[in-house]
Amino acid sequence: MLKVEGASKWFGGLRAIDGVSLTVPEGAIVSLIGPNGAGKTTLFAVLSGFLKPDSGTVSFAGRDITGLRPHRICRLGLVRTFQLVRPFAGLTVRENIATGSHNRIRSRAAALGHAEQIADRIGMTAMLDLPAAALTVAGRKRLEVARAIATGPRLLLLDEVMAGLNATEVATMVELIRAVRDGGITIFLIEHVMPAVMSLSDRTYVLNDGALIADGAPGEIATDPRVIEAYLGHGAAARMSEAGSHA
Amino acid sequence: MISPQFRYAGWLILVLGLVTAPLLISSGRWIEFLELTLFAAVLGQGWNILGGYGGQYSFGHALFFGTGAYLQALLQFKFGWSPWVAMWFALGGGVLVGVFVGYLSFRYGLRGSYFALITLAFAEAFHVLSRSLISVTEGGRGVSLDLNRDPDMALATLQFNFAAPFLKAYGYYYLILLMLIIACAATWWMANSRFGARLVAVRENEEAAEAIGVDAFATKMAAISLSAAITSSAGIYYVQKFLFIDPGIAYGPAKSVEALIAPIIGGLGTVLGPVIGAFFIHGVGELAKETTGLVWQDRPGLDLILFGVILVLMLAFAPRGLVGLLERAWRKLSGTRPTERDHA
Amino acid sequence: MGNKGSELLINRAQAAMEFLGTELTRYGWDTVLGSAISGVFLGSIYALVALGLTLIYGVLHIINFAHGSLLMLAMYAVFFLWSLAGIDPYVAMLIVVPAGFLFGYGLQRTVIGKTGHGRDELVLLVTLGVSIILENVALFAFSADERQVHVPYDLDGIDLGVTFAVYPELAALGGSLVITLALWLFMTRTDTGLAIRAVAKERQGARVVGIDVEHIFAISFGIGVACVAAAASLLAPTYAVHPQTGYLFVLIAFTVVVLGGMGSFVGALVGGFIIGITEQLGRLYLGESLGLITISAIFIAILLFRPAGLFGQKI
Repeated sequence: MLKVEGASKWFGGLRAIDGVSLTVPEGAIVSLIGPNGAGKTTLFAVLSGFLKPDSGTVSFAGRDITGLRPHRICRLGLVRTFQLVRPFAGLTVRENIATGSHNRIRSRAAALGHAEQIADRIGMTAMLDLPAAALTVAGRKRLEVARAIATGPRLLLLDEVMAGLNATEVATMVELIRAVRDGGITIFLIEHVMPAVMSLSDRTYVLNDGALIADGAPGEIATDPRVIEAYLGHGAAARMSEAGSHA
Repeated sequence: MISPQFRYAGWLILVLGLVTAPLLISSGRWIEFLELTLFAAVLGQGWNILGGYGGQYSFGHALFFGTGAYLQALLQFKFGWSPWVAMWFALGGGVLVGVFVGYLSFRYGLRGSYFALITLAFAEAFHVLSRSLISVTEGGRGVSLDLNRDPDMALATLQFNFAAPFLKAYGYYYLILLMLIIACAATWWMANSRFGARLVAVRENEEAAEAIGVDAFATKMAAISLSAAITSSAGIYYVQKFLFIDPGIAYGPAKSVEALIAPIIGGLGTVLGPVIGAFFIHGVGELAKETTGLVWQDRPGLDLILFGVILVLMLAFAPRGLVGLLERAWRKLSGTRPTERDHA
Repeated sequence: MGNKGSELLINRAQAAMEFLGTELTRYGWDTVLGSAISGVFLGSIYALVALGLTLIYGVLHIINFAHGSLLMLAMYAVFFLWSLAGIDPYVAMLIVVPAGFLFGYGLQRTVIGKTGHGRDELVLLVTLGVSIILENVALFAFSADERQVHVPYDLDGIDLGVTFAVYPELAALGGSLVITLALWLFMTRTDTGLAIRAVAKERQGARVVGIDVEHIFAISFGIGVACVAAAASLLAPTYAVHPQTGYLFVLIAFTVVVLGGMGSFVGALVGGFIIGITEQLGRLYLGESLGLITISAIFIAILLFRPAGLFGQKI
């Protein structure tokens, strides 16, 4: 469904992402992990059209979408959420979601109705008439997801949607994401909360310093020495296996 | 929160009241007052589309007023066109200027204070140009339209100073009232359409809006075009009523300020806001003149000081304007929870 | 397009070039230089006004729309000190500058700081509201008549060859440079100046180390108004004041600040001189009224193509 080939983005002398290639098959949940500053959000920005890559291509459902503007990419079915949530603070939850519905629906009344349905699926019916600014962090994260789903996407990019949530909220979000995928939307997510990554992902990519260093099933990734080094520092993998053999 | 039935009833009462007002008011001075107020409301509604709904505060809205006015005047003065034909070109010209300024500003991503500044700069530039390009605009002398003294030609020339008694007394009043009704209808339609939903989304968070499929640039361009059209219509009215326009009146800061005061005080991003704001301001102004006129002998500037103070007070204590205050009062009275945002 | 078409185009281009050539050389070198020099004098005052504006932006991150009206008010103060008490405008500086500082301090502490709620759009409108109030207070109290200070030495000066520099112009240049130097020393050598720069760079961090940020905001605003008051004294001998004077200066002040870069001292200086010279040359070549359009044109061009200005950070 999504195919990235050799994507690179430089900011002055800083290489944010370098020759990244990956694929996300339709119907899968794929995760992208890596230490802070690895370039994950930059990659998402490139995929969703907020940044133009300096080289490389992005194709979505067989169509080259490299360099297209974000709203065009959304109309084609690829939508992203933001790491720091961006609700339409002055509007109600219903109006927020309805703006997403308008991606496919023209009529105001129909969009508002559609928003109610989406809110129902996500479990936000009670909050429909609250201003978005009145929601908790967890609520805003769910609103962000709801709004994105309302656009009728085929691929959803979730950027650290679990950040700032407690254990219960994480569990609820994991359920939600699974339900969204089961409803027919492919998911590509950036995440730091490892248990969520483990339980959700069909496949995991690891980004470090702008380059992909590993990919595979989440179980394999967790024990890959290169991944351990990326998170814990040079020589950590060796130290860990030594410590293991001494135990 | 205020249920649709109440809202429609409220609007119906307001419109009926304004339409029948001349029958109840015989004093020319009050008709004059209403004309000025409705004029300010039209100007304000135009600004409201871009500033209230769109969140792009323009400090140079005189740009559109002046262009509409000058085109309306010059096409009649220089080429003898009928005002009924000229007005379409005046509207079109205003929209073109809006597209021009909007394209430059939005293409280069100007927002917030920088957008306000550039609109100011454009208004000043047009001010200087209209004063210097004498062959085109008659320069500082301004453009004076011939007064029509033939009552039979009143409608044809869209001048009511010499007309049948009813038109002579109320012609201009109904003209500006009609313009306001059209402006409010257009605003109401926009606010309840997909375009309106997208516009306020862009206002609240432009990147998030882009991410969910809103073409922010196109949306803002449409907003500035509609805003320019409504504001230009006020310019058209001005020329037909006063038969005179000059660079200072057209592009000076006075109209730019007048355009933004009513919607801010009345309530940004609501259809009722500019109307209620205009009535409040002009009403307070009249009251001030009555009570202090004897003491200060009508020295200029007093009313604007008052408006400035009200503006600052509103921004400090009631940023959502009079409409916001009314909504709060209604909620307290009826004890209802906050529901869907009032679109009136 | 064809041969005919391109021939026509070349003819037109040639005609335009010739026109430009005659226009540019219409005035002799000495006239142009003279204009440029008077631009330097004017520019020094612009720089001073812009300094206050850029300081306010750099520290408080607000675009002070009331800046022009504050200048106008200060000029009225200088005028009345002269007309009612016979105080020379340069001497009046000793009075209006501290008064301006106090007024600015109070304005920020009581009105702007309290009403803005920290939101940029609101603050913008609040400063606009303040400018409306100040302008019309002046109109109401002093009427729309122009007021001009007349000093006995305003026609004496030094002959520079290409132009005659009158004392007020020299005083303006000298005064601006001295005040700018004083301000620079203040910002770099005193504790308060250091605190101001700290708040400008990192607001929350400054709070954490115990700096009273509200107080610093008000001081910065006060200094901004003090600069404007000084500029008013320097302007008084040559420029008349009326209620609209502020509005005329606002656009120029903003152009200077945007050209130089928001928040940059050096930028305000350099920008001031560039605008001063450009305005005078514009007046020379395009005439009194059209010359003003050079300011708007520069302003628009910078906002579109290089909003950070010459020395500012990218916005």
